[in-house]
Amino acid sequence: MTNKVRNILLGGVLALGLAVPAGAEELRIGFIAPTTGLYAQIGKDMVDGFQLYLDEHGGKLGGADIKLIVEDDQGKPDTGVTKAKKLILQDKVNLFIGGLLASSGYALAPVSTAEKTVYLSSVSSADDLTQRQLEKYPYFLRTSWTSSLPHHPLGQWACDNGFKKVVTIAADYAFGYEVVGGFQKAFEDCGGKVVQKIWPPLGTKDFGPFIPTMKADADAIFTVMVGPMALQFPKQLRGSGVKKPIIGSGVSYDEFVLPFMGDEVIGDVSALHYGAGIDTPENAKFVKAYRTKYGKMPGYYSENNYSTAMWIDEAIKQAGGKWPGPEQFIKLMQGIKINAPRGPVSMDENRNPIENVYIKKVEKTKMFGYEKEELWNKVIKVYPNVSQFWTYGKEKFLAQPVYDRDFPPCKFCE
Amino acid sequence: MNFWLVLTVNSITFGGLLFLLSAGFSLIFGLMRIPNLTHGSLFMLGAYVGATFTVGLLGFKLNFWLAAILATLAVAAIGALAERLLLRRLPGDQLAQVLVTLGLSFMAADLCLMLWGGDPLNVTTPDGLGGFVRVGTVAFPMYRLAIIAIAIVVAVGLWLLLDRTRLGAMIRAGVDDPDMARVVGIRVSQLFTIVFALGAGLAAFAGIIGGPILSVYPGLDQDMLPLALVVVILGGTGSLLGSFVGSIIVGFIYNFGQALLPELAYFVLFMPMLLVLLLRPQGLFGRQIP
Repeated sequence: MTNKVRNILLGGVLALGLAVPAGAEELRIGFIAPTTGLYAQIGKDMVDGFQLYLDEHGGKLGGADIKLIVEDDQGKPDTGVTKAKKLILQDKVNLFIGGLLASSGYALAPVSTAEKTVYLSSVSSADDLTQRQLEKYPYFLRTSWTSSLPHHPLGQWACDNGFKKVVTIAADYAFGYEVVGGFQKAFEDCGGKVVQKIWPPLGTKDFGPFIPTMKADADAIFTVMVGPMALQFPKQLRGSGVKKPIIGSGVSYDEFVLPFMGDEVIGDVSALHYGAGIDTPENAKFVKAYRTKYGKMPGYYSENNYSTAMWIDEAIKQAGGKWPGPEQFIKLMQGIKINAPRGPVSMDENRNPIENVYIKKVEKTKMFGYEKEELWNKVIKVYPNVSQFWTYGKEKFLAQPVYDRDFPPCKFCE
Repeated sequence: MNFWLVLTVNSITFGGLLFLLSAGFSLIFGLMRIPNLTHGSLFMLGAYVGATFTVGLLGFKLNFWLAAILATLAVAAIGALAERLLLRRLPGDQLAQVLVTLGLSFMAADLCLMLWGGDPLNVTTPDGLGGFVRVGTVAFPMYRLAIIAIAIVVAVGLWLLLDRTRLGAMIRAGVDDPDMARVVGIRVSQLFTIVFALGAGLAAFAGIIGGPILSVYPGLDQDMLPLALVVVILGGTGSLLGSFVGSIIVGFIYNFGQALLPELAYFVLFMPMLLVLLLRPQGLFGRQIP
């Protein structure tokens, strides 16, 4: 009985599918992003980035007409899984993109394995998906970053620039651990010392309790702040009279929060694989197009999805304008090097990008012909073609455990 | 030594902010027996309206204090409307009130997201209070000290209002025995609107005063509401002194808990609430609700 019902439903779906007029080859892409709830703005930034590229190319990628189906996961992994299944089973998408939080990435990757459908993670950065757990997810690939990727070079930079003792203060969850881990590993391998690690809960509003506990003899503060925490921390820190330099994760100073920050963040240093202040013609063009269309500064949420569209464009072009099947698609994607607004990007054998990492300093200045003085992430150093394994080599890197709250251990904390 | 001093001052400032937040909640619950779950939304709304004026989203910038007054009045008016149009129709039905106010808070959250977008907004620290005061080797943010002063002024103002004015006497009569108050000619229903507006205005005022420290972002409402609940349960509803003492206690627990036992911060925060609920359900300074 239920089988019969299902067959009728399936028949209906097929009939609807057949009703689509035959024309240019159509590629169906599912896009999972939180478009309601707390993360609605980030979800919108993600979709806008992808849509901008589509609009610039007449709604086609690699010659194929694109049907983009956006589904709202409300920032919840379980909802994301339901939506991914809907996209695959009902909308018959060729591949799906998106997922914001690390937890979404971990929840969506198994769906791609079970349904043999390509999942392209364009933001979610959980390290292990393209490291120790890679083999479980043959249909998973990433066009964004791993959390620790930009922070290995930042650790090196901090060491090279004379910082000796650093206090880290980071949101208490997996992303914070992986970012701090990457920074600490590279910083200490070069001779620096992390002397204290502080973990305020995710969503901390008042840093009053944490600021006085920071060790006075440290010469810099490394921060990982997400969302509104990024606005509150520098302001409260400077308001308490602490003048130590801040070096931070790129997300603490991403363009998602930067335009809303006060002048107290001028001079703060951060690292990421993108920043609106990258001074190249490709990026200038992207920033201007994005600001004209959406009225706001693009951050990495937007750029990563823009360049994801660019990447798919190239892969479909190479496949002759039609969907080459999941295995072939992944192979093509791995062989492509694109010149994105964030710079040249290619993919390593673990299906994670190799990309430039930018060490950036917040400055109040004018860029790209805009008349107003604004806060920009000015690039002060570029580490070209950085892989998720940094300089350690894949074998050696994968032999150590994934970065965690207590790994690397805090040898110099007492 | 410095460490303890800074933490103590922080605790008192956070307590001050909590007092501004929870006094209105306590007042409304004390008089009207309405568990107003929109209180966090009113806080957020105040912060958003205030930020709109201070950041200049409408094309003009206002002085922080002027913006605070405007936001307070605007949100008080919204509170009065909500009471007149909705809550008035559900007297004594606590389940319906909880559901209506909860529903309203979801609607308000969506409305804020639509109007202000999802980007966090920074409320600029008022002129002249951006710096810090140095005492020996310790620095105290000037704005935090100002919050303590503001909370004390508001507390004294509220006390005078409730204890020394005719309106206050009527409110107290309404809290103690609404039926008897009606019999002696107090228009309790009008009183309800006034108190609800006052509570809403206080929440909005707390929102903008907290703005320079907390900033404004979607979800601020749900972050603040539990704190108001803890304070009111601890201190006792309908008691100004209860809100005040409860706020300071929670301020201390929150700050010292976070600093000394960061892993157990929420445990430390909510444990006293559980104990009070078990041992003294009316709260430290509350009276038995008949």
